[in-house]
Formats: sequence, C-alpha cells, structure tokens
Amino acid sequence: MSQAPAAALLPLLAALPFAASLLLACFPNRARSLVAWAAGLATLGGCALLAAAAGPVFGGEVLRWSIEWLPGLGLELGFRMDGLAWLFALLILGIGALVVLYAAYYLHHEDPPARFFMFLMLFMGAMLGVVLADNLVLLVVFWELTSLASFLLIGFWSHRSDARQGARMALAITGGGGLCLLAGVLLLGHVAGSYRLDDVLAAGAVIREHPLYVPTLLLVLLGAFTKSAQFPFHFWLPHAMAAPTPVSAYLHSATMVKAGVFLLARMYPALGGTSEWFWIVTLTGLATLLVGAYLAIFEHDLKGLLAYSTISHLGLVTMLFGLDTKMAVVAGVFHILNHATFKASLFMSAGIIDHETGSRDMRRLNGLWKSMPITGALGMVAAASMAGVPLLNGFLSKEMFFAETLERGSGWALGIALPLGATIAGIFSVAYSARFVHDTFFNGEPIDLPKTPHEPPRFMRVPVELLVLLCLAVGIAPAVVVGPLLAVAAQATLGSSLPDYSLAIWHGLNLPLTMSAVALVGGLSLYFGLQRRVDLHQVIHFPRGGRELFAASLAGLVAGARSLTQALQNGSLQRYLALLVVFALAAGALPLLPAGQPAPQAAAALEASPPVDAASAIVWAIGVMAAIATAVGFRRRLLALVPLGAVGLMVSLAFVHFSAPDLALTQILVEVVTIVLMMLALNWLPQESPPERDRLRRWRDAAIAAAAGLGIAAIALAVLERPSRSIAPYFLETSISEGGGSNAVNVILVDFRGFDTLGEITVLGIAGIAIHALLAGFMPAPRTRDAGAAPESDIHPLMLAVVSRLMLPLAALVSAYLFLRGHNLPGGGFIAGLVLAIALILQYVASGQRFVGARMRTDFRPWIGWGLLVAGATGIGSWFFGAPFLTSSYDYPLWPVVGAVPLASAAVFDLGVYLTVVGATMVALVSIAKLGRARQAP
Amino acid sequence: MNLLIASALGVLTGCGVWLMLRARTFDVILGLTLLSYAVNLFIFTMGRLRVGAPPILDPALPPTLQQYADPLPQALVLTAIVIGFAMTALLLVIALRAALQVGSDHVDGDRDDPNREEASR
Repeated sequence: MSQAPAAALLPLLAALPFAASLLLACFPNRARSLVAWAAGLATLGGCALLAAAAGPVFGGEVLRWSIEWLPGLGLELGFRMDGLAWLFALLILGIGALVVLYAAYYLHHEDPPARFFMFLMLFMGAMLGVVLADNLVLLVVFWELTSLASFLLIGFWSHRSDARQGARMALAITGGGGLCLLAGVLLLGHVAGSYRLDDVLAAGAVIREHPLYVPTLLLVLLGAFTKSAQFPFHFWLPHAMAAPTPVSAYLHSATMVKAGVFLLARMYPALGGTSEWFWIVTLTGLATLLVGAYLAIFEHDLKGLLAYSTISHLGLVTMLFGLDTKMAVVAGVFHILNHATFKASLFMSAGIIDHETGSRDMRRLNGLWKSMPITGALGMVAAASMAGVPLLNGFLSKEMFFAETLERGSGWALGIALPLGATIAGIFSVAYSARFVHDTFFNGEPIDLPKTPHEPPRFMRVPVELLVLLCLAVGIAPAVVVGPLLAVAAQATLGSSLPDYSLAIWHGLNLPLTMSAVALVGGLSLYFGLQRRVDLHQVIHFPRGGRELFAASLAGLVAGARSLTQALQNGSLQRYLALLVVFALAAGALPLLPAGQPAPQAAAALEASPPVDAASAIVWAIGVMAAIATAVGFRRRLLALVPLGAVGLMVSLAFVHFSAPDLALTQILVEVVTIVLMMLALNWLPQESPPERDRLRRWRDAAIAAAAGLGIAAIALAVLERPSRSIAPYFLETSISEGGGSNAVNVILVDFRGFDTLGEITVLGIAGIAIHALLAGFMPAPRTRDAGAAPESDIHPLMLAVVSRLMLPLAALVSAYLFLRGHNLPGGGFIAGLVLAIALILQYVASGQRFVGARMRTDFRPWIGWGLLVAGATGIGSWFFGAPFLTSSYDYPLWPVVGAVPLASAAVFDLGVYLTVVGATMVALVSIAKLGRARQAP
Repeated sequence: MNLLIASALGVLTGCGVWLMLRARTFDVILGLTLLSYAVNLFIFTMGRLRVGAPPILDPALPPTLQQYADPLPQALVLTAIVIGFAMTALLLVIALRAALQVGSDHVDGDRDDPNREEASR
C-alpha cells in the first residue's frame, strides 16, 4: 500500500477534533471566548491539514494510512482519503468553522459553552471518522458515534422536554439504522471477503451476483435512509429542530443527515447498478422529495420549514443516486455541496431571526425587512438558491436533476412519473422558499414579538455572508469555482471515468429549463394563491404518521416487554421451575425432531451391556418403588425421608455393582448426613405439607414430570446404545506413572483435576459458612405445636449413646485409614472427612446437643479455612519448584515400623479436602442443631 | 441392563421434577435430592456400565478401558455428590430460616397460605 507523505496527515486530521473535545472538557464554562477560540482554532487547524492534503487528492491520488487494530478479525484502524472524502471533510470542517463562529454569538449566557463546543467537536470527529474510515466496521463505529453525539447536541437544552424527546427519537431511529448498517456491513464484508473499503469497492461484481445481495442492500439502505431522514423515517428530523440553531445548521444541513447520502455515494460502486438499487433508492428518494416539499409549505416554524425542506432535498440527492447513471451521480455529489451551502446559511439566518426577535413563528414574524434588511437580503438569496433560481448554485444542480429524470424515464410510466414528480416537487420547493421570504420579511407587520427586531452582531452574520457569497460564486461561475472539486469527488464516487458534462448556466432552451420555469411560476402562484385563498397562517397542519407510529411502537414495545416480564417473572418459583423444565425439554427435543433419531451404529462396535441378574433387578425394583413412594407420600414429611433414604441406598448399591467403590462410599455417607440434616430441619418446619386443591396444576405438573422422566430415560438409553469414546485411557495410563497412585478416581480428583477440586471444596466451605451466617444468633419464636416438643426432654437411648461413644475413636481411626489409603484404594479426603463427620454427628444424635456441646468445644469453622489454606498452599508450593499450580510429586519413603508409605504432595492437598469437608459438614449440622438454643449456649 | 438403568433414571427424574414443582420448600428440597441422584447416576452412566472392573489399577494389567471402568465420570460424580450435599444443606437452611422468619414454608413466601402462622418477628 502506498504511504504518501501526505497520508500521515490523515490520523492527525481524524484525531484533532477528539483531542479538542477532550481539551474542552477540561475548560471551565466561564471562559466563554476561550472555549470558542479553542474550538475554532481546532477546526481551522483541521482545514489547514485538509488544504495540505489537497495537492495529492486533486492529483487523483488516494491517501491511505493504517495501523493494525484487531488483526485476528482482519480489522485495521485505517483512514483513506479520496475526492469524495475530501469534499465531505471540507463540508465538515469548513461549515464547522463557520458554525463555531456563529455559535460563539448565538449561545445564550446561561448555556454552558464548554459543554456545547465539546459535544460539537466530538460530533465533528465522529463525522470525519465516517468519511475518512478505510474500513467498513470502523465506519459503522464512527457512524454510531455521530448518532450519540447528535443525541447530546439535540438534547443540549436538556431542561426542555421537546429537546429530550427529539434527541431520543433521533437516537432511536438513527441508532437503530446504524445497527442495520452494522448487519449490512458484516454481510458485505462476508461477501466481499474483506472489510477494507478498497477491496469492497473493487468487489462490486461479486457482491451484485451474490445470493445475499438483496439482504445486504436492504440493510445498508436502512442505515442510510434513517440517517438521511428518508421517507418513512423522515419524521425525526423536524423534532430534532429542538436543538440549538448552530446544531441544526451544522448537523441537519451539512453533515449528519448527509452521512446517509455519503454512504449511498460511497457504496455506489459496490452496491449500485442493479434494478433493486434503482427501484428502491429512486422511489424512496422521490417519495421523500415530494412529502418533504409538500409538508414544508404548511410549517409555521422557520426551522420546521427548513427541516422539511432538508428532507426534501435529501430525497432529491437520494433519487439522483438511485437513477443510477453516471451523470446523475455527478449531479448528486454537486447537489450535496450546494444544499450544504444554502441550507446552512438559511438555518443560520433563521437562528439570527430567532435570536433577535425571540420567535421563529412565521405567523408573528412579518415585515422584518424594515428592521433587518441585510439579514433579509442574505436570506432571500439563499432561499432563491433553495428554490432553484438561475444564477445561484441551487439552480445548477436542480437543472441537472431535471435533465436526469428526463434521461432515465424510459418507458411511458417512468417517462411521465419521474419528470412529473420532479416538477411538482420543484413547484412545492419554490412555494415554501417563497413563503420563507415573504412571510418573514414582508406580509404586513410583526405581531407582538418578545424582542424588538434588529440586526445581529457583525460577526454573527459573517458565516451567512460567506456562504451566500459561495452560493452566488458557484451559481455564476461554476466551472471555475467548483469544477475541479466536483470532478475529483464525482470521479471518486463513480470509481470509473467521468461522463462528459459542462458546468454552465446556459445550455440553451431545452426541456429541463422549461421544467425550471414551470416550477418557478407554478410555485409562486401556488404560494400566493394559498395565502389568498386559505390563509396559510390559519392552517394547522400536523403531519400524522411517522411520529405517532414511532410513539405507538415504542409504547407497544414497552408494554410487550412488561407483559412478557409479568408472564415469565410473576414471582412464583413454581412458574419459574415449570418453565425451566419445559424449556429444557424443548431444547433437548428440538435437535432430534427434524432428522429423527439417527440410527445407532453397528452393534459390533458396542460393548455388551452387563446382563441383568436377580440382585440388580431387586435393587432396581426397590429403588423405583422408593422413589415413587417419596413422590406420592411426600406430604407426610418425616415418613417420606424413609423411602428417600432407600433410594439413596439403592443408588449406592448401583455404584458398587458398576465398579465405582469410591462413589458408593461417598454416596452412602452423604446419604446419612443429608437425612440427619433433613430430620434436624424438620424439627422447625411443619410436619406435613398442606393438601393441594388445584387439580389442574397437579395434572400439569405430573405431565411435565412424566415428560422429563421419559426424556432422560430416552437420552440415557440412546447414549448407552452407542459406542463410547472416552479420554479416560490417558488417566489410566498416567495415574501411576505421573500421579503416583493406583486409585485412578482419587488421582484425578487431587492431581489431574486438582484445580476443579479446589474450586469445589471452596464451594463447600462457602456453603458451610453461609449456613452458619444464616442461623448464628437467629432466635426463632418458640414453636407451639409442630416443633417436636422440647428436644432436650427426649430420652436418649442408653445403648446407642454408649455404642456411639465407643465408636468415635474407632471411626476416627477408620477415617484416618481411609484417608491414607485413598491414593491407591477406595477412600480419600472426601470419604474420610465424611466418615469423621458422621461419627461426630452420631454423638449428637445419640446423646443430644447439650451433652455433646458441653464436652466437645471444637469450633469447626476454622477447619474450613485451614483446609482451603492447606489445599491452596500445596498448589502454590509447586511454584517453588518451578512447576505450574498444583503440580504434584510423590515418593514412597520407607517409614520405620510402618513400612512403605505413599507420600505424594497430592496427599497434602487431599488433607486440605479432608479438613474442609469435616469443617463444612460439622458447621452445617451444628448450626441447625444449636438453633434456638443460643440462649443456653455460653 | 441398559433398559433397566435408563428406566430407573427416568423414574428418578420424573419423581424429582414432580416434587420440585410442589409449593412447599421442603418438598422442593426432597425433589432436588431425587433429581441429584438421577443426575449423578446419569453422568456416571455416560462412562458406560461395567461390572467388576473398578478403576483401582493393578500394575500387572494393561491400563486400558478393557480392564477398568472409566474413572473420569466417577471423579466428576464424586465431587458432584459432595457439592450436591452442600447445596442441599444450604437450601435447607435457607428454607428453614425463611419459614421461621416469614411464618410460612410456601416457596413464594406467605402467599395464600392456609396454615399461616404469626411471623416470628
């Protein structure tokens, strides 16, 4: 890629406004002239950079500069400047400089200027980013940034509700369009194979042939049309007029709304040239042109009139791009430039009138010619350009537009519709321009204005004067003034050679000239006719449609979201759980539906399923019956624990049978602890569940439960009928050689997946502490009936008490044994910890809390902490040997008397597990056991 | 045997879901306990059913899946059992505290509770 020296200017140019914005954020609002100067100098600096880049760009070079941004995604932060980008940058910076000057005088002394200029610079930077971006994704980023900045600017007077609403509407519509554009750009990048602008523009043929062309086109156009306020998204623009007038002059004439047509121009080589493009873009443009021009006539607000006129002119430009001829593209680019000059000056004039009279209502502003002749003259010239009066720039591009509608209108329907629509729009535009001039500067006397009208400060008028001068200069000597700029910009837009055209005022007596004449005469007669016949001041014309639709869809969206939330989140756990199960069922069933269940593979590859023997059948029968008994008899809670325990036992037996001794041990121990815990809790809970009356709900739940059960059974069977592929051989092979243990399960727990285990004992510890926190110091009210009487009065059976006391040291020994052998035989930290915990709990069961509490004063809470500390420290310890976290080492030292004892560092980790398990289990159980006895406790 | 274990899983799941959808906290916890049996057994089953081949390695035998049951699901289920216990205990205590504080053991607090008692605080 060529990195011309001038290309280094691009990042500077793009960063300058953002830097200025940051700088302005630090300025105090008191320094009024300082902030204006800072903003102005930044903009002028930008202009200077742009001028420096002019040489190569006018020489036909394309400046490129880029650095890598996200290389993995093929994204780079790059800028690119060709003629079109240069033209837009000129509009952004040139008109930006004038707007800064204008705003310095316009802003009221109560408006915080630093904030205003900060937003303005932010917008300027975003807008420059859009036109300079070399990468489509980057373009969208800047595009959305313009929406955000415009939101801030439109809502600048945030105390006014119309400003807030207008800002929100503009953001919703242009931001929403931006999302469409993002989708479109992603498709475009996918189709073209690159997000780089050069690649995409060169891939036009591929894009147009691609099956995704139409969705891509629609999405990109949605982005462009929302931004450029095209019908039917036009309604946000008039509401955005609540913005301060410099913002309207800047955003809504020259820059932001032009981003949409800029996108059309930019994407023209990639997306244009198809019938879809022609029909969609042309008809949207035509509709916008007519609707905007028509509505503008009936606006009483000066800025409102200009807003609708802007919509109409944007429609004109859109239609020109839609016409899809080289000449139309040239005309479109030309009109972008012309419209920016005359419309910005008109907005500024309207702002001056507003500023100096206190009103923008044309029903009250009359006869200002006497008090503001200079502003009046400037406004008249600009309005004449808007109307397309000869010798002004608006005339030239409008003439080209008329000529193109005639050119493209082949076939009788198009041949009549396009020129006719253009002429009618021309008549309307002359009419509203006439109204702008006549109703403001003539037509009687002002009607009770808040201020006495007078000319504005000298420098507030300078921007208007410059722009109007430009209108005249371009209008009189187009070839000299804009010829080269237009050529280089149109060339860049087309991406191919320019058509033959001549920029001249006089092309002879031809049809376009006749159309212009008809528009002028017709427009003037229309306006004066309307004033005489119906008196426009009396017409209250509220355009209905878009805005109401927007409000209604917004309200609908909110209402829909609310009712959906209500339906899903009604505060009922039963509803949530039912929905959860149903969705899980649906999600599980969905992938199986279309193709049906794939056929199981050849049975030969399958391991034979173990045969059914009598014992397993009995275990199965007991387990199934116990589960059903629990589900049916759940209302009598204490009783329901019996079958529940039976189910747990049967599950343990299943583990034993299917070669999982560790699991069986764990399961049976957990079973004991769980049942004890539940019985303890039942002490404080109602002994029975109340009967349910809702028959429908019970049937519904039963159906859900049955479906869930069937689903799980089907999935389990389906998996078991297929050959398995496991990563287990790795663990089996390396368990001894690397983990130093022959119990593969334990080695996986404490070594291979030690980090998981660390996480899990952490959860266990947290649960124990949470249980303690929930119950410590909590004093339930004395229960009357349900609580199993006064627990301390229970008689503890002597046999049990004695045996359990005898058992305790034995159990502790078993626990230690299980712990030590765990690495090689069934056992380990989890199991050993549970054994010890159960032996301790048995003391509570057998002898009562008071007895045990008085003798065993161990506080088990620190056990949790020590356990986690030991486990974590073991992991960290391996760092000191230069190994990753939790790497284990092992040795079999020969101990005196005992013999060879396996000593793996994993055993220390397992000790942490052991301590945590004992600690958490005991904390949980003791917390419940002690409940309500806090008073008796020391 | 496959059919046997699959049907047992189905029954456990069905009973668990049914109880989980009940309106009282204790019943929901019973349901979750049943459901966790089912889930643990299900994960375990994914390693296939083997009889008489516990993964306690014998250096004399080749360390392959022909000799031993799959140890990985076993390790996963072992921690799952313990975590399941921790969660059951925590839920139980939350249910307990809520029932004592609100005066009702309905899952949604004290709504339409016929056995409503005076709140403890």
